[in-house]
Amino acid sequence: MNALSLLHSVERFARFVLRWVPTLAGITMAALALCLGPAAGQDLLPPAPYAYRQLDDPKQEAKAQALMETLRCLKCQGQSIADSDASMAGDMRHQVRTRIAAGESPEAIRAWMIERYGDYVSYKPELSTTTWPLFALPLLLIALAALILGRRLGGRGK
Amino acid sequence: MIAELGLAALWLATALAGLQLLGGVLGQRESGADLAALVRPAAVMQALLCAFAFGTLVLLFARTDLSVALVAQNSHSEKPLIFKIAGPWGNHEGSMLLWITVMSLAGGLIALVERRLPEKTLLATLAAQAFVGLGFYAFLLVSSNPFERLDPAPAQGLGLNPLLQDIGLAMHPPTLYCGYVGLSVAFSFAVGALLTRQVTPDFARVIRPWVLGAWIFLTLGITAGSYWAYYELGWGGWWFWDPTENASLMPWLAATALLHSVSVLAARDALRTWTILLGVVAFSMSMVGTFLVRSGVVTSVHAFAVDPQRGTFILVLLTIYIGGALVLFATRAGTIAEGERFTVMSREGALVINNVALSALLGIVLLGTLYPLLTEAFGVKVSVGPPYFNPVGAVFLMPMLAVLAVGPLLRWRRDSFARIRLPVLAAFAVGLAVLLGMWLIAGMALLPLLGMAMAAVVGIGSVLPLLGRSLRRLPLATLGMVVAHFGVAVALFGMAADSAFSIEKLVAARQGDTTEVGPWRVTLASVEPVAGPNWTALEARLSASYRGGAPSEIKPQARSFWAPPQQTSESALLTRWNGQLYTVIGGEADGDRWQLRLWWKPFVTWIWYGGALIALGGLLALIGRLRTDLKRRTVRARVAARRMEAAA
Repeated sequence: MNALSLLHSVERFARFVLRWVPTLAGITMAALALCLGPAAGQDLLPPAPYAYRQLDDPKQEAKAQALMETLRCLKCQGQSIADSDASMAGDMRHQVRTRIAAGESPEAIRAWMIERYGDYVSYKPELSTTTWPLFALPLLLIALAALILGRRLGGRGK
Repeated sequence: MIAELGLAALWLATALAGLQLLGGVLGQRESGADLAALVRPAAVMQALLCAFAFGTLVLLFARTDLSVALVAQNSHSEKPLIFKIAGPWGNHEGSMLLWITVMSLAGGLIALVERRLPEKTLLATLAAQAFVGLGFYAFLLVSSNPFERLDPAPAQGLGLNPLLQDIGLAMHPPTLYCGYVGLSVAFSFAVGALLTRQVTPDFARVIRPWVLGAWIFLTLGITAGSYWAYYELGWGGWWFWDPTENASLMPWLAATALLHSVSVLAARDALRTWTILLGVVAFSMSMVGTFLVRSGVVTSVHAFAVDPQRGTFILVLLTIYIGGALVLFATRAGTIAEGERFTVMSREGALVINNVALSALLGIVLLGTLYPLLTEAFGVKVSVGPPYFNPVGAVFLMPMLAVLAVGPLLRWRRDSFARIRLPVLAAFAVGLAVLLGMWLIAGMALLPLLGMAMAAVVGIGSVLPLLGRSLRRLPLATLGMVVAHFGVAVALFGMAADSAFSIEKLVAARQGDTTEVGPWRVTLASVEPVAGPNWTALEARLSASYRGGAPSEIKPQARSFWAPPQQTSESALLTRWNGQLYTVIGGEADGDRWQLRLWWKPFVTWIWYGGALIALGGLLALIGRLRTDLKRRTVRARVAARRMEAAA
């Protein structure tokens, strides 16, 4: 075995190591994350100063509040993000307030939330192929009510 | 030993329910007279045994007997005594035992006091009560035995959800259950009447006190639950259109409709089949609510344990009872003769509009509650919340309220608008003035604006029936109606004022910092650690002064319970006649500052005062009706006695 072939071996080994570095690093990180898990997760969340801080402009704050009351806190039991102490609700409140402050319209923010979290996040059902009965049935009920009242009360009583 | 006694009593009660059903069915024929004689005693005995079983569970919780699995899973020796005694229904098994206990007590009470119905209808009613009861006994004994032992017994229990460790737990579930299950009486009466085809004004007079009683409890239970959620959850919301809340609202809407249609049946012998249908629907809504809440299909603080087997069991019961009753209705409804007819301008006419609107509201709430479950079954998750329920509900609520203001002024059978034109126009003129005034001055949003105007109309309209009548000679039932309708106006005003004028302040305050919220100035004096029997807490000492007056101290807490480990915020409230100051302490902000959440909620308490007034109105009407019934009974007895004398 000469020096050159030794050098080759070293180089091949180095290449092998280099090729796997990202994967190994990934595995190590994943293992670390698993061990440190939830505790570290909390601290890694970006800060959300507007979770518990109102906007200075009362008009904007009212707009934000109205929107927050119609967005579901995904980690809670049937509460809106305006009614929850969950950290995720706080994050979402921060999103809503900063976006309102930046001049976005409430419906645009709602659309952004729906795109991220699905229809489930919005308490305001949009008219779509899945939700049309929600809007059709009340109309049907009105028609039915008119019909019943018409038939029941239309005829002169004796 | 105590647990075994309770379980034995429960099995015995089940056997008696079986006997009651058998006797009620076979007793319909002449040959079953012997069995028929057993039905009343069986119902009473069943009630006593069930109450005994429930008593043993309360005792087990009070003594924290950890060898009973249910106690070990839901209690803790260091829990305050009041929550130990209220603990039995703070879990799935115990609440189902409460359910069946109330149901058997209602059945026993019917058997004891009800003498006005034809014997066969009463037998059929008690049989129906036993039939429904048997399903819930089976559910309890097969899949939710509250008396199961745990061997070896653990050294300590797991504790009760801290959100439930509140005086509300002693109030809200028992009252609500009395209402839910009290409606089973109306259901059984309806089924009994369908079986014997006896739907008469007398029948209506018999079931009216039962419906009224259940409705009063339901009203109280919902009001208490709303106030509890308001101060316990720490964000000042009092109604969330959450499926579990809707589950209590739906039976209430049905019971309210039933209450009014029963009046029409009693007074005018009209709306026969409709009243029967409502009787079936009201308790069906109670059962649907139980299914939603107890099966775990919706997650909530009310759904104690998620267990698919239990959900399936309740669903099967639901199908049998609701389906069975509706099939019976469909086959028999045609054979019940249609009642009297009437014109639109009459008391009945107004009550029919009320019934149609209430039913439509019920339909909306049912649809909005079940629809997300339906789409979820197909893999699509949607949410239906306040932005749907509020406006869509208002479409039906507002016309109903307008009729509410006018209806009680109308005479039965036929009336003319000309007779009542003046007071009615005056009420609506005031409403219009409120509408315009509030819109111009306060710039309120549409829904609260409509609510406030309608509150004025209903408030005036509700007391108009008193005009020109001597208060002394006013029947108690009429006074009850006036009080209840006025309560609607009060509650509506509270809702509108709170949603339009609430002021919220979120601050990070240092010691000594003062925050203004509405007419209040709130100063953070200090933050101290405090300890309770099963929690520790950070307590903010706030001094609050109203319009510069003398300051009062209030102390909101952020509590940490250790069994089970959980944080709750205990809000602190200061109540004035015109609203409430609502304070909450959140976490530590940065270093020396504390998160405070402060609200000034104008007239928010009127929501629950209104609820209490509605229940009080019901109570007055109930007392009035019972007194008239008793009088009638004594008169009848006297007449009969005189006839006997004359014959002799």
